[in-house]
Amino acid sequence: MTDWLGPAEWTALWLSLKVAFWATLFSLPVGFGVAYALSRGDFWGRQALNVLVHLPLVMPPVVTGYLLLLGFGRTGPLGEAFEALFGLVFAFRWTGAALAAAIMGFPLMVRAIRLSLDAIDPGLEEAASGLGATRLRVLRTVTLPLAWPGILAGAVLGFAKGMGEFGATVTFVSNIPGQTQTLALSIDTLLEVPGGEPLALRLAVVSIAIAAVALMVSEGLASRAARRRGR
Amino acid sequence: MLQVDVRKTFDAFTLDAAFDVPAGITAVFGPSGSGKTSLIRAIAGFLRCDQNTVTLDGRALSALPPHRRNIGYVYQDARLFPHMTVLQNLRYGGRVDEEKIIALLGLEALLDRTPATLSGGEAQRVALGRALMSGPDVLLLDEPLSALDAPRKAEVLPYLEALRDQTAIPMLYVSHDMAEVARLAGQIVVLDRGQIVVSGPVDRVLSDPAAVPFIGVQDAGAVLTGRVVGHADDGLTKVETDAGALWVPGPVGRAGGTVRVRVPAQDVILSRTAPEGMSALNILAVQISAVDQGQGNGVVVGLQAGEARLLARVTQRSAKAMGLAVGERIYAIVKTTAIASARVS
Repeated sequence: MTDWLGPAEWTALWLSLKVAFWATLFSLPVGFGVAYALSRGDFWGRQALNVLVHLPLVMPPVVTGYLLLLGFGRTGPLGEAFEALFGLVFAFRWTGAALAAAIMGFPLMVRAIRLSLDAIDPGLEEAASGLGATRLRVLRTVTLPLAWPGILAGAVLGFAKGMGEFGATVTFVSNIPGQTQTLALSIDTLLEVPGGEPLALRLAVVSIAIAAVALMVSEGLASRAARRRGR
Repeated sequence: MLQVDVRKTFDAFTLDAAFDVPAGITAVFGPSGSGKTSLIRAIAGFLRCDQNTVTLDGRALSALPPHRRNIGYVYQDARLFPHMTVLQNLRYGGRVDEEKIIALLGLEALLDRTPATLSGGEAQRVALGRALMSGPDVLLLDEPLSALDAPRKAEVLPYLEALRDQTAIPMLYVSHDMAEVARLAGQIVVLDRGQIVVSGPVDRVLSDPAAVPFIGVQDAGAVLTGRVVGHADDGLTKVETDAGALWVPGPVGRAGGTVRVRVPAQDVILSRTAPEGMSALNILAVQISAVDQGQGNGVVVGLQAGEARLLARVTQRSAKAMGLAVGERIYAIVKTTAIASARVS
C-alpha cells in the first residue's frame, strides 16, 4: 500500500492535510464572526466587508498570492509584525501555505455559515432574550446549535478548498518539497517530470476522493439542518 | 401596576399611547395595523422608540435591556426552540412554580416531545408555560390564539382563564377578537392608528354607545357579570345579572359561581310592548339611555337595565318607526343562543 505513492507524495499528502487542518481551525472562529456580522449586523461598511470576504473567490489566485507575499512576506508589514509578536514566519514555510489556504477557503466557509444563520428565525433569538438570556447565552444556546450543521459544512468546504489550493500557495510560498509542496503542487511538479504521470494520476485520484467526500459530508449536513428546521 | 408611556413615529402613523395596566388581563384591541404589536414590543424593549417610559410599581423597566426587564412574552407563533424538548423549552427562562404551571397548563404528557411534533394549541400552551416559568412581573400576550382554528382556541381558552384567576400580575392581551376579549379581559384599551381611542373596564366600555364606532358594530355588545342560579334539564343555565335573569346556552359554571355573559348588540330586539307568544326566553324591561345615529344604516341604542347597561343595534327605519327616544321604557329581547358565556371563577 505504501508503494502506491512515493515517499515525496506521501509527504505532500500529509502536508496538505496539516495545512488544511490548521487553516480550517484558525479561520473557523473568524469565519463565524464575519458570517454573524453579515447576517445579523446592521452597520456601516457591511457591504464592503461582504465584498472583501468574497474577493478571493473571484480574484485570480495568483493576485491573492502576490498580495500575501507583499503583506506577509519577510519584509511585508504584517509579516514583520507576526514575526516580532509571535515568532511566526509565513514566507516559504508550511504556515504560509496554511495562511493561503485559509484565505482562499474563507469565502466558501463564510457563505455556508451565513446561509445557515440567515435560515434561523430571529424571532427565536428575541424570544430567548425575552426569557432573560444575555446575548452570549442566546448565541450559545439558540444561534450556535441551530447553525451547527452550517458551521460544520462551512468547515468541511474550507478544509477541502485548503487541500487543493494551488495558485495563491505557489505564488506566496513557492513549491518547496517537504515544506510547501502540497498535493496540488506535487501533481504539478510530477507532470513536468518525465515518467511522473502515473504518480500524478494517483495523486489526482486521492484529491478527487477527498473533494468528493467533503462535498458529500457538507451536503448531508445541510439537508440534515433543513430537516431539523422543517415542521 | 404597570405604567406605560410610549411614542414612536412610523411612516403611516404615530404610535402614542399612555395608560396604566392593573393586575389581571387588560386587552389591547384594535384593527390590524393599529399598532397593537408595536406597543407591546416597545414595552418588552424590542422596539426602539422616540419616547418609551415603562414603570412597574415605580421601578423604571424602560431603563433596562430586554433580557433584564423580567417580562414574559407569548407570541402568536409560539416560537419554541426547535432543537430542545418541551421540558427544555419550559425551563429556558427559569423553573418558577414548575410543577404547578405544568399541571395548570396540562403539559405533563408533552414534556419529552419536540416542538415539531406538537399541535398549534399544544405549542401555544408550552409557550405560555415557558413565559410563566421565568417568573415574570408582567405578561405580554400577542394574539396567542389567532393562529389557531376554533377547536384549538377552545382548547387553550380555559387555560388562559385559569391563568387569569390564579395569577396577580399585570397582563396585556393583544387581540382583534372581541369574543376573546369579552371572555378574558377586565380592562380594555382600544387602539386606532396608534392612538388610544377608548379605554376602561370592559363592562363599561363595551356597553358605551359612544365606543361602538371604534369597536365596530359587529363586535359591539354589553358584557355582564352574573351569578349562576341553576341549570335546567334541557341544557340551559339561568344567570342572575344586574340587568335581570338571563337564560344562557349550555351548562355553564356551577350554581352560585360567577360567570360572564356577552350580549351582542345586533342580537338584541326592541319592543314597545311586553311580547307574548315568542320563542325568545330573555325579555328585559329597560329604559333608553342613548340613541346614537352612527354611520351607515344602523342606530345604536343604549339601554339601562336595572343596574346594568346593554346595547342594541337596530335599523334606522325601525328606530324611526318606533320613535325611540331617550328616557322611554321599552322591552329588550335577547335570543338565548346569541349569548356567549364563560366561567369567571
